[in-house]
Amino acid sequence: MKNNLNVNVSPHIHTNESTAKIMWWVVASLIPAGCAGVFIFGLNALWVIILSVLTALLAELTWQVLTKRKVTISDGSAFLTGLILAYNLPAGVPLWLPVVGAIFSIIIGKQIFGGLGQNIFNPALVGRVFLMASWPSYMTTFIKPLAYDTVTAATPLAALKEGKAIEHLSTLELLLGLRGGCIGEVCILALLLGAAILLIKKYISWHIPVIYIASTGLFTYLFAGKQLFSGDWLFHILSGGLILGAFFMATDYVATPLTRKGQVIFGIGCGLLTGVIRIWGGYPEGVAYSILMMNAATPFIDRYTKNKVYGAV
Amino acid sequence: MVRIKDNKEYVQDSPIEQLPVSQRVYIPLIQHLGKICNPEVKSGDSVTVGQRIAGSDANICAFVHSSVSGKVVSLQDYAHPVLGRAKAIVIERDNQSQAWQAVPRSQDDIYRLSAKEIIKIVQDAGIVGMGGASFPTHVKLNPTKPVDTLIINAAECEPYLAADYRLIIEKTQEFLRGIQIVAKCLGVKKVYIGIEANHLKAIEVLNSFFGRTPITDNLTPKVVVLKAEYPQGGEKQLIQSILGKQIPRGKLPFDIGVVVQNVATIYAIYEAVYKNKPLYERVVSVTGSCLSNPKNLLVRIGTPIRELIDFCAPLKEEPVKVITGGPMMGISQFTLDTPVIKSTNGVLLLTEKESKILEEDVCIRCGACVRACPVGLMPCLINLAAEKRLWSLAKQYAASDCIECGLCSYVCPANRNLVQSIKMAKFEALTIK
Repeated sequence: MKNNLNVNVSPHIHTNESTAKIMWWVVASLIPAGCAGVFIFGLNALWVIILSVLTALLAELTWQVLTKRKVTISDGSAFLTGLILAYNLPAGVPLWLPVVGAIFSIIIGKQIFGGLGQNIFNPALVGRVFLMASWPSYMTTFIKPLAYDTVTAATPLAALKEGKAIEHLSTLELLLGLRGGCIGEVCILALLLGAAILLIKKYISWHIPVIYIASTGLFTYLFAGKQLFSGDWLFHILSGGLILGAFFMATDYVATPLTRKGQVIFGIGCGLLTGVIRIWGGYPEGVAYSILMMNAATPFIDRYTKNKVYGAV
Repeated sequence: MVRIKDNKEYVQDSPIEQLPVSQRVYIPLIQHLGKICNPEVKSGDSVTVGQRIAGSDANICAFVHSSVSGKVVSLQDYAHPVLGRAKAIVIERDNQSQAWQAVPRSQDDIYRLSAKEIIKIVQDAGIVGMGGASFPTHVKLNPTKPVDTLIINAAECEPYLAADYRLIIEKTQEFLRGIQIVAKCLGVKKVYIGIEANHLKAIEVLNSFFGRTPITDNLTPKVVVLKAEYPQGGEKQLIQSILGKQIPRGKLPFDIGVVVQNVATIYAIYEAVYKNKPLYERVVSVTGSCLSNPKNLLVRIGTPIRELIDFCAPLKEEPVKVITGGPMMGISQFTLDTPVIKSTNGVLLLTEKESKILEEDVCIRCGACVRACPVGLMPCLINLAAEKRLWSLAKQYAASDCIECGLCSYVCPANRNLVQSIKMAKFEALTIK
């Protein structure tokens, strides 16, 4: 036996999990929703996704080379940010828009704060909100599903907000994603498939997404109708970005609370804010802003939801 | 707590074998928590098996006995599995019988023993907690507050190890008698045996045995089958799992009327009381995927671990790490000269693949450590405070409550050195008022 044994402090074994493995699994779980988006809205959606992802990777690489930091683009986190940003864009946007958005997400949303693990806000949502504020018309022009041309359609939530009579959409159509909307948010079934993968692999827990969706449902049921207790809660759950947001953005580890107790509060907060914005706010959609606001509240939530130490009275 | 692959299949079905007595043993003067013993022999002295060779007047101390019959060669600094180096008595064996010779106590004598006499026997036998902490057992048998519950820690939650498991299966009668003695000595009303659910055969043996044998008068130990989750055998976790209550912070088990004893310790108490035999040998699981014959060995204290490994050879693969204890809390050794001491419950060999040296990534706040921590700490936050050397912040996060089980580091996907930095924070916190 050799004489130079490894010596270090216990533990001497380690689980098989790694940051990169988790990130790539989340990427994999988002693929069905992306495929559905491309199928529903056409090839331009695919270009938006590719450009957003490539730009995110390039932006991270460039920043890390320029600031002489360790290059970490293989850990999947920049890929994931680019992907989620693309899923939050309409399919018909000009192709420079995802490029600008991805750069903003990575540099301002993530690297300025110190890179992975340090960002206060979900970087993809920072990019989306930036694009929304800068080029609102591009960000609110949606393609009609399965039309594959420039015929535009309002999202169901926008139509509702503007008080327009909306063409009737069946629950099945909403589940399949046959409606106007962002690339990755429309096909609920594909999103639920991805969410199921993450839940089974235990990369996310049910706490934030289920409580977020349930509290949005409850809130809209209470207040979104002509009178109390008459809101179309199912429509609110299925017709916007809630499912994508709840399972894939509100569960971002970095910017959400550490304990289950904190996550429950986070989920309720997201649900209430989404309901408030949709019903009384200026936007038809409220998922992105709700999550960002709760991201900001996370350090505060963490402070008051620490675990009880064994034996403490 | 978290379920970890237990890897017990390597040795759990191997009956205990006697390791041939070594030519030379290296017996450290300190194998316990407490004051170091003073040597009571010098070079050239002849000693017999079980002869006391070091002791002290201090109460928190455990006497040391010779594990062989032979001649004292020297008193020198030598490798120590816990302390790195420590003073040890080196004894060369002779050709006399190496078996235990003393006359056993009769059953009648044992019935007549008072608690005080039992404690004296245990103290004279140099018995310590053999699950790893090595606290002198006679002190634990003499609690300063009344106790009503005895818990036998048979959880053996460290992966790979099966020394206690084999003792329960092979020495059931003796184990029962050991429990009887301790229960009598403490005057407890309730006795529990906590054992993990994956220790199937031992549970079966215990249930069939205790099912029909009352312990003392109307005391029957209750076998409590616990979830096979690490660290189920931690004293605090065991008490919570069995009694559903916690030890208040900064207090000890006897503050809530509980004493916990480990299986090997109980067996050592049995041997001390029934056979008048001091603690000079113990069962060690010698295990790992690279050994072609992993075994449970009855080993004389002071035997270099090299001899244990050679006995289980040949090696199928070159190990990169040799650990005394289990993979979660055991100590990696820098030399195979290291002797077996009273608390060495295993010698584990890990290959390069099993014990990868992983690069630390940044914390992504996934919360895995927070959910895993069996004492409710936030390891990732203590780690960040420790990295910035903010020791008082680490103390605010209750770093001092860490039981050092290592689970946070085990589960961390970013391979962060969580428990390692918390240990450091604990140490630094001592200096903060």
